[in-house]
Amino acid sequence: MDIKVLQNILAANENLARENAKLFKDNGIFVINLMASPGSGKTSFILKTAERLGNKYNMAVIEGDIASKIDSEKIKAHGIQSVQINTGGACHLEANMIKKAINHFDLEAINLLMIENVGNLVCPSDFNLGESARVVILSVPEGDDKPYKYPSIFRDCSVLIVNKVDMIGLSDFSIDRLKVAVYKLNPDVNIIPLSCRTGEGFDVWIAWLEENLEYCR
Amino acid sequence: MHELGLTQSILDIAIEHANRNKASKILKINVRAGRMIALVDESMQFFFKYLTGGTIAEGADLVIEHIPIRIYCLACGVNSEVSEFEIYSCPKCGGSEVEIVSGREFFVDSIEIE
Repeated sequence: MDIKVLQNILAANENLARENAKLFKDNGIFVINLMASPGSGKTSFILKTAERLGNKYNMAVIEGDIASKIDSEKIKAHGIQSVQINTGGACHLEANMIKKAINHFDLEAINLLMIENVGNLVCPSDFNLGESARVVILSVPEGDDKPYKYPSIFRDCSVLIVNKVDMIGLSDFSIDRLKVAVYKLNPDVNIIPLSCRTGEGFDVWIAWLEENLEYCR
Repeated sequence: MHELGLTQSILDIAIEHANRNKASKILKINVRAGRMIALVDESMQFFFKYLTGGTIAEGADLVIEHIPIRIYCLACGVNSEVSEFEIYSCPKCGGSEVEIVSGREFFVDSIEIE
C-alpha cells in the first residue's frame, strides 16, 4: 500500500529557526549569522564592529566552536556580553542551540545579536538559526576561487566581507575575479572589502549595519 | 551535507507515518531532493542500511529522485534547466531576472507499506 507523506526533511530545524526569528522580531533585534573559515577574522570583525558602533547600540554575541571558551572570553574582555556554545563535535550551529543560548540574555535590552558560527565554509549554510541576515567573511590569503568550491555558502548570504585587504599586494588575490565568481551565484550580494586590522573599508559595513539596525528598532 | 542525520530524519518521518497507518513493515521510502541540496546518494544508502537494522524499515528500498534546478526567465518567459552556477543567466536570452522554479525541494514524498 502506498502512503503519501509530503513531509519536509529539514522541518525540525526550520521550525525552531522560525520560532527564534519571531522572538528576535518581537524584541526588535537584528541578528547576524556570521560564517567563514577558521582564521578569516570573524572574532576580529565582531570586535571592530563593536568598537565602531560605540555605545549607540546594545550588542550581544553568541560564539560557536567545537571546544574552548577562547572567543567568548575575548569578547567579554571588551565589555560585550557573550555566551559560548561548545558543540562538542558538530561542525555547525543549529537553531536549537541558539534557542538555548538566548536564555542567557535579556532580549528586550539588545539591539544587535551577532552569532559567530563554527569556522567552516561547508555546513553552516545548511542550517537556519532564525537570523535576520547571513554575513560571510572571505579573507585575502584564502584566495579568490572559493565561491567555485563552496557555492552554497556564497549563494545564500546578504553580505560578503572581504577581509585582510591590507594583504592584497602579498598574493595574486583579485577582487574583480572574486566578483565574477560570486555574482554568478548571488547577483544581489553586497561585497564589502575591508581590513579589521587597519580599519579601512569599515565605513561601508557600518553604514549597511546601522541602516538595518534602525529599520529593526 | 550531513547524510547520517538526514537519513535518520527520513527514517523517523517514514516510521511515524507507517505507525499512523498501523503498518508492520516499510517496503520503500520515496524521497525527492532538489539538485541544490547536493546529496551524496552513496552515503545516504550506506547510512540507510545501517540505521534501518532492527526497525520496521529493515530491508526497505530508499529511492531518491533528484529534481533538476529549473528557472523561469522574467525577460523572455522561458523555463530552463540549469546548473547551480547558471541560475542567474537565462540560457535562451542571457537575462538575469529569474525565478527559481525547482531545485530546492527536500521531502519524503511517499512510503510503501504492508
